[in-house]
Amino acid sequence: MKLRANLVIGGALFGLAIIVGLLAPWLAHTDPVLDANLMNAEEPPSWTWWFGTDGQGRDIYSRVLYGARVSLTVGIVSQLINSVIGVALGLSAGYFGGWWDDVVNALTNLMLAIPSLIFALAIMAVLGPGLTSLLIALGLTNWSFTCRLARASALSLRNQGYVQAATVLGYGDLRIMITQLLPNMLGPIVVIGTLGMGSAVLSEAALSFLGLGVRPPFPSWGSMLSEARDQITTAPWLSLFPGLAIFLTVLGLNLLGDGLRDILDPQSRSRRT
Amino acid sequence: MTGFPLIEVEDLRIDLDDGSRRVAAAEGISFSISRGETFGLVGESGCGKSITALALIGLLRSPLSIGGGVIRFEGREIQNLSAAKQRELRGNRIAMIFQEPMTALNPVSPVGRQIAEMFVLHKGKSWREANQLAVEALSSVRVPAPERRVNDYPHQLSGGMRQRVMIAIALACGPDLLIADEPTTALDVTVQAEIIELMRNLCAERGTAILMISHDLGLVANVCRRVAVMYAGRIVEERGSADIFRAPSHPYTQGLVASLPRLGSRAALGRTRLKEIAGVVPAITAFPDGCRFNPRCAQATDICRAVAPQTDVLEAGGFVRCYHHA
Ligand SMILES: Nc1ncnc2c1ncn2[C@@H]1O[C@H](COP(=O)(O)OP(=O)(O)O)[C@@H](O)[C@H]1O
Ligand code: SF4
Ligand SMILES: [Mg+2]
Repeated sequence: MKLRANLVIGGALFGLAIIVGLLAPWLAHTDPVLDANLMNAEEPPSWTWWFGTDGQGRDIYSRVLYGARVSLTVGIVSQLINSVIGVALGLSAGYFGGWWDDVVNALTNLMLAIPSLIFALAIMAVLGPGLTSLLIALGLTNWSFTCRLARASALSLRNQGYVQAATVLGYGDLRIMITQLLPNMLGPIVVIGTLGMGSAVLSEAALSFLGLGVRPPFPSWGSMLSEARDQITTAPWLSLFPGLAIFLTVLGLNLLGDGLRDILDPQSRSRRT
Repeated sequence: MTGFPLIEVEDLRIDLDDGSRRVAAAEGISFSISRGETFGLVGESGCGKSITALALIGLLRSPLSIGGGVIRFEGREIQNLSAAKQRELRGNRIAMIFQEPMTALNPVSPVGRQIAEMFVLHKGKSWREANQLAVEALSSVRVPAPERRVNDYPHQLSGGMRQRVMIAIALACGPDLLIADEPTTALDVTVQAEIIELMRNLCAERGTAILMISHDLGLVANVCRRVAVMYAGRIVEERGSADIFRAPSHPYTQGLVASLPRLGSRAALGRTRLKEIAGVVPAITAFPDGCRFNPRCAQATDICRAVAPQTDVLEAGGFVRCYHHA
């Protein structure tokens, strides 16, 4: 099988972000929080300060590396929560139908009608800022597409011969859903999940920018952007590098999602083989 | 447990709810199968064979439902068992294989796993034991190199191999009854014969009774000791299979036997057309009054068009449902 450019580039960008986050303690030049020194505040990028320093003299390069941890944790964990909720609701709704399907449909429509960021904002307002609140807020508000997809897949899969065969063999409903339906819809679910991770990274940035995310002084890309707001003309590097990090990570996730869709889509697969 | 037939169906009726009213898609269905016996159900497509099989394993779903009668398994009524109890029977005591080996296997799961799942589900085995048993099950249906084949996905297997896997799955838990609904219709003729032979031998070895369902009287009579012929939702004749061939009693059965190609006959050599029964099976909602075969029957008289015939017990064993039977 030919590897596609979007898969390779997307995978590389996302992989890079993960490596950077994992190896931050070894790659960073200084501690992202403690090594503040007003003597070298707002230094522009140079050989000593690769990405420059901020108003408190902290190394932006080191802070961007550590910031990856927050962004990726939020992106991955919140999307996992979304995927689990979406699949559980959508799969069971499509499989059982009836009143449960109606309930799930109504819920999904509600979620689709309210922009998820607004919904997340409301939850954050109740829970207060912080990483856990971020995970909960973003994890509970972006499952509607996954749910739709899982429901539609379950509706068409439940009439497949092997699902009926499983019923005849004495499989219970849960076993049928887990062994017969879920594996057969996993491809598109993974694609949606990858794209969803990208939007969760963006949402984290937006919420942190609004001061609702991870509390300073620990860096996240969003909160770094937020702090850099006032110096955007005097010290543009403060916004440039966290902004670039967000851009590349989200781009990578979108390319990866696209690439996965290409190889997982059965139609395009049969076209190529 | 001895003394009872393995499965006994008495005056079973299957209702079809078409929104405004209930019509009987099948009625007066009675037969019984003893332990280890082979029993066939034959009839044209649409006469109600598959729904009868589904009723036996408790899988009729709306708009179909059991409208009356009794189904006993080892003397115990099973038609009103709870869903969980029926599930314990299915796949474990009563297994079923279908027509489409192409679609009856999960495409994203290795076949060995699909066999092993039966041992985990019904016999409470660990996955480790179950995987071992799956290799044995695959080798028992004569799949070559079973320890390698267990890792294959369905698309890597031919139609005949897949049907072997289906048989391995169905027989995994050592069921007492195997229902085979048109098990070879989708396969080509040479493979058909192999699969039937395999199924018959395995069931004979293990004492598993077979309920074989097909539109093909020749095939069924070849496998089964007794045969019931179904027409438009009723069993019209039930006999030993040798008798039914030699001296079919019901006009419909006579038509079926006459339409079979005989080895060496002119029809088998393609020189004359096979005799066909004129007309088509009526739809459920348009079953004629009286004997349902009367519009197609050459011997029909006024009583046939007015009142449905009851079953006549034949001296040689079996019964027939016709006023003017041979
Ligand atoms: N789910 C269903 N809904 C409505 N009618 C059905 C359904 N299943 C079967 N039938 C009808 O019941 C009759 C018997 O069907 P079936 O048992 O499948 O016939 P066969 O003898 O070919 O196996 C047919 O007329 C068929 O149209
Ligand atoms: S009862 Fe009458 S119509 Fe029916 S099969 Fe016998 S002779 Fe023909
Ligand atoms: Mg059928």
